[in-house]
Amino acid sequence: MEQVLELKHIHYAYHTLDGETPALTDISFALNKGEFVSIVGPSGCGKSTLLSLISGLLEPEKGLIKINGKYLKESTTNVGYMLQHDELFEWRTIYNNVILGLEIQHMLTARTRERAHDLLDLYGLRQFESSHPSELSGGMRQRAALIRTLVLEPDLLLLDEPFSALDYQTRLTVGDDIGQIIRKEGKSALLVTHDLSEAISLADRIIILSGRPATIKQTIPLIFDLDADTPLNRRNAPEFKTYFNLIWKELNTDE
Amino acid sequence: MNNLSAEQKKYLLMHRRHKRIVSISRILILLSFLFVWEFTANVGIIDSFIFSSPSKIALCFFGMLMDKSIFLHLGVTLFETIISFLLVIAISILVAVALWFSSKLSEILDPYLVVLNSLPKSALAPLLIVWLGATKTTIIVAGMSVAIFGSILSLYTSFTVVDPGKIKLIYTLGGNRFHALSKVVLPSSIPAIISNMKVNIGLCLVGVIIGEFLAARDGLGYLIIYSSQVFRRDGILIQSTTSSYISQMLSLHPDVRPEKIPQAR
Repeated sequence: MEQVLELKHIHYAYHTLDGETPALTDISFALNKGEFVSIVGPSGCGKSTLLSLISGLLEPEKGLIKINGKYLKESTTNVGYMLQHDELFEWRTIYNNVILGLEIQHMLTARTRERAHDLLDLYGLRQFESSHPSELSGGMRQRAALIRTLVLEPDLLLLDEPFSALDYQTRLTVGDDIGQIIRKEGKSALLVTHDLSEAISLADRIIILSGRPATIKQTIPLIFDLDADTPLNRRNAPEFKTYFNLIWKELNTDE
Repeated sequence: MNNLSAEQKKYLLMHRRHKRIVSISRILILLSFLFVWEFTANVGIIDSFIFSSPSKIALCFFGMLMDKSIFLHLGVTLFETIISFLLVIAISILVAVALWFSSKLSEILDPYLVVLNSLPKSALAPLLIVWLGATKTTIIVAGMSVAIFGSILSLYTSFTVVDPGKIKLIYTLGGNRFHALSKVVLPSSIPAIISNMKVNIGLCLVGVIIGEFLAARDGLGYLIIYSSQVFRRDGILIQSTTSSYISQMLSLHPDVRPEKIPQAR
């Protein structure tokens, strides 16, 4: 199968005057096209660092990263990155927030503008196009943030606990919502979270990291026997509990 | 709009009453101050040669209005203040941007800026005359010297407290540091820039008047010094009140107080 992302033997450490803190040791995995993978692990284990490396914000000390078969530096693939907070700019309207990435990458054309309008329309934000972010609910804001990422047509989406700033109820619906949007757009996605049930409800495969410095403990493929395989339906499926207990046990065993 | 509830009407009424009390009290304070001053000066409790009196000041001001000398001096001071203000704003934004771009530069220059800011600028004015001569340039530079270092420091501080998450977002969207500046740092600092301008206009005026004390043939500062040398207290007081009115006018009109700017829309 075609691989969107490939990581080989990634090492990374943070340096301060007090010393060196190894964050990641020998991380290797791959992501297939259209696949949704969740990474779970104890908090502070270096999950977000991993995303920063893949998006090129940080450079690994050792190891290599390939996107669509090309080394990260030479890659022209757009990687979408969704942060923990929506980071919508209050001084811009929702529409102007959504086209921020297009503006930065000089991709503002009649076609991309049209696409921005279409996505806003498709995901129920058309009437809020000229509103300011503070007029929207937390869930709508997160959806606008996703559209801002999708409008750049990324082949790979990186999600850094994008629902953790929302209250529980909103989190369930937005998680369901955004999970389905990503499936519908056929994107490959890598979700980092410490919320096990969120990971299980969204992903095809779960990668479990150990505490700092992080190594891959185990990879668990998720198979649900459902007619409509949506995040909310998964939460009610009998397999859900089994997977939850399995992953929970794996996270809490120290080798 | 007419079907307001009784409670809402009551609330609005209370609000209006509050506003009225505030403005009436303000006027009353001024009037009673002027009355006490005039009264004590006339009765002889205070010496009107030293303290002057409102009526004398009014007469003196009227005389200056008649011979139009006040307009010349006012115009000169206003012109110098506005030039130095514009220069201060332009230079301090440019320098603050440069400092923001290079954390190395800002770390190197930080102690110098702090020292320059705490320098007593009025002590600089005589030096400026020696360096630049008794010209308008000297006065404009004196006006700038009072405001510029504080302005750079406060603008730079407001640039550095911009939400790091928003800057990270720019990088995740493929932007560089220029994009971070133009899309995040500058727009989110607009309220800070405006409140900075409000402070600076007053400071520039103070600096310009200090400059005029020492090196001018016209302007409000020159008038103040001239009046004090010929023992015309009314003159000094007119100039001082006029200059504080200018700074009031400049900083309040048009009404751009920062709290009125809705988060830099």
